[in-house]
Amino acid sequence: MTTTAAAVGGSTPVRRIGPLRSARHARTLAWRALVRIRRNPEQLLDVTLQPIIFTTLFVFLFGGALAGMNRHQYLQYVLPGIMVQTIIFASVGTGIGLNTDIAKGIFDRFRSMPIARSAPLSGAILGDMFRYVASFAVLFAYGSLLGFRVQTNVGLALAGVAVLIAFAFSLCWIWALLGLHVSSPQSVQGFGFIIMFPLTFGSNVFVTTGTLPGWLQAWVTVNPVTALTNAMRGFYLGGPIATPVWHALAWAAGIAVVFAPLAVRRYPRIA
Amino acid sequence: MTYAIQAEGLVKRFGKTTAVDGVDLTVQSGTVLGLLGPNGAGKTTVVRMLATLLRPDAGHAAVGGFDVVKDADRVRTMIGLTGQYAAVDEDLTGFENLLMIGRLLEIPTKAAKQRARDLLDHFELSEAGNRSTKTYSGGMRRRLDLAASLVATPKILFLDEPTTGLDPRSRGDVWAMVRELVREGTTILLTTQYLDEADRLANEIAVIDHGRVIASGTAAELKAKVGGQTLDVRPTDPADLDRVAGIITAAVGTAPSRGVEDPGLLSVAVDDAQSLPTVVGRLQADRIPITELALRLASLDGVFLALTGHTAADETTEALAATTGGNR
Repeated sequence: MTTTAAAVGGSTPVRRIGPLRSARHARTLAWRALVRIRRNPEQLLDVTLQPIIFTTLFVFLFGGALAGMNRHQYLQYVLPGIMVQTIIFASVGTGIGLNTDIAKGIFDRFRSMPIARSAPLSGAILGDMFRYVASFAVLFAYGSLLGFRVQTNVGLALAGVAVLIAFAFSLCWIWALLGLHVSSPQSVQGFGFIIMFPLTFGSNVFVTTGTLPGWLQAWVTVNPVTALTNAMRGFYLGGPIATPVWHALAWAAGIAVVFAPLAVRRYPRIA
Repeated sequence: MTYAIQAEGLVKRFGKTTAVDGVDLTVQSGTVLGLLGPNGAGKTTVVRMLATLLRPDAGHAAVGGFDVVKDADRVRTMIGLTGQYAAVDEDLTGFENLLMIGRLLEIPTKAAKQRARDLLDHFELSEAGNRSTKTYSGGMRRRLDLAASLVATPKILFLDEPTTGLDPRSRGDVWAMVRELVREGTTILLTTQYLDEADRLANEIAVIDHGRVIASGTAAELKAKVGGQTLDVRPTDPADLDRVAGIITAAVGTAPSRGVEDPGLLSVAVDDAQSLPTVVGRLQADRIPITELALRLASLDGVFLALTGHTAADETTEALAATTGGNR
């Protein structure tokens, strides 16, 4: 009988959920994330205002006080670092968003559907890329207004953005895992700050490593944020690129390899 | 396949609490099972295990013939779930919500859009379809949630307290939709704390309390199990109340009680229908006008009270006072 297939109705035929289907599911959920940003542009407020505030504060507060540099020189020095900090701060949004979703029950719907287990997570993370790009664009425009100039070329500057986003993409999985474990979006933010402050301030984003006491130097040297900041300085100001990029990307890969499977495994276990 | 849902000895513990303590259930294809119990009885946990959201700690269950743990993905292709909290995205419009579900189910975009429009139309949400669901009323949200569960045309539908918190009209709408789905052959497992809801919609009812099924059967069977029928008599003139009470006492052997909120109504428990003709005969002989005369089975409320030792409403109020959040 040829009617057998039709009798099954709209239910999806059972197929193993391979990478291609997972990607399609993730794309749909990334679309959802973008629609939500369009509906609530205020979601972008923190990721766009924060870099402006940080840049203003650090350049005008410390720019004159730091040895051997004037305000203009300090701006060139600090802006690639603030790019890193901005992206890291923005990436916490992924965990907060996931946690909010779970609380609202829409995750129950996704989990009761025949879709890839990773899709709700990777979809949210893909959608967040838009926030990173927006955040970066605002920071870059504001920096340029204050006098920041790319001293290399467009190609390297764009490569810098790519490395930055690749790093954020990996870091997101930590926040995703956190978002799946804690009970409220506020806790994600709270834990997030505990992790982010030593990462971003305990680095060479704002000051050169040489000015620090030995024990802090030791931390700053192993901190992946330092490697990423060095890479960004290389991309935007010139200087060595290969080694810090390699370091930063190795960290990114390491973080993703550890935290992505943990988050994907945790996801079906949420009670 | 005779049984759409079969569960045996399902157990779920959360820390030291045993939320579900050995639940057996069967639901025949194309029928409605009402899982009836107070807040915190374990209804939601049972549904979440059957809908593959929670892994049972013991026991096993098959939904649509597939194991909910080993074949979770196959189970998911057959089920729809509407939870206690409308699982829709508040930032998306009604249309976008349904389109998203359709695309996740890998329905081609054009067909998914058509399906979304059809469902909005069917659930009387067409006009609100392009509005953000944030602006929807509770009833509209619930209807959209139900529509979202139906994008895939599921064979088996789980409705977890689908009418909790709805006004009577929206409640009636949900009931009508459930009946329609059953006519089309969908199997439904419905949880509720409303006895009348289970009575009206379910072919069979399983009463659950403290994580266990304490009774099951059709509504009539449950009522009969608790036994007894009630004879209600309402004289037209309240002045006749005492005389009528005398007639009933003589015929039945026990004195009737007056309704607490309705003192014009006399009720008495009877073992069988034999006393009814006697009462009617005496009332006619004495020419006492009567506006209401009925012999009825015990109500499900009474059944619940007899089975659990407490009324559904008592525990609900307590539970609501104790928890400000949801019971998940």
